[in-house]
Amino acid sequence: MDHAKSQLDAELIRRILAGEKLLFHDLIRSCERPIYLLLYSLLRNEAEAEDAAQETVIKVYTNLHLFRGDSQFRTWVLSIARNEGLGRLRKIGSRREDSLDAGNDDQGGDFTPAILTSWREIPTTALEQSELAAILRKAIDGLPEIYRNIVLLRDIEEMDIRETAAALEISEGAVKVRLHRARAMLQRVLAPQLKAFAPRRKGLFGGFR
Amino acid sequence: MRIDCKHVWQHISAYIDGDVDAALRAEIDLHLETCEICSAVLDSTRNVVILVADERVFELPAGFSRRLHERIDRELAQS
Repeated sequence: MDHAKSQLDAELIRRILAGEKLLFHDLIRSCERPIYLLLYSLLRNEAEAEDAAQETVIKVYTNLHLFRGDSQFRTWVLSIARNEGLGRLRKIGSRREDSLDAGNDDQGGDFTPAILTSWREIPTTALEQSELAAILRKAIDGLPEIYRNIVLLRDIEEMDIRETAAALEISEGAVKVRLHRARAMLQRVLAPQLKAFAPRRKGLFGGFR
Repeated sequence: MRIDCKHVWQHISAYIDGDVDAALRAEIDLHLETCEICSAVLDSTRNVVILVADERVFELPAGFSRRLHERIDRELAQS
């Protein structure tokens, strides 16, 4: 996120705290999607993630005076979302140990890619087929938590390495390692399935093969 | 020294992000010229990264934003 956006956020926050409360709607809008996705990544349940997202946003509003501006507003919001999500996981006795142990990078997993000898690009227009989106979602859902949240923030929300590290309270080095492993796992799972979605190539003499 | 396929795979993610130094990038490029397996691994990984980033893959639940802003309105009314 650029400097201009930070300044815009800072100005909105100043006005909200000075009494123009309705501007909070505008302030939070660009954070809605990353908040939800991060919580969905942690809780893996749509309704629970939505409830936690609402709780997060209310906490952001009531604690707005505490935002110091030494990080991006979105980063600060996402750390509140993450704490909300982790708190809920603890309350329900953590169905998954890995999500609470964010420091553990030694989780097993095969990071060898699927070996191919050629690849025909699958254009994003192929996503008009809902089946393809479902396959991608399932692959991401199947990643261990510490890799899934990196993919959601870095590759899906397109946050940079620094902001991703700050939001998840891990080092930039850890973000890079996990991102690499996550992408390798996704390639391994997805490449064989995705081949079916490659557009047919025109053969010689205008025929299709 | 020529780098091998496993070495290339270790750097694929950083390579895609443009986060490898010039010397390593040159070595990887040289390897890719002659290795169809690594070229296909790189192309498919990059393709996967682009596809998962598409907004159609993870959509917010229908009505999510409306319900959120209604909740904010209730909170603002009380504060």
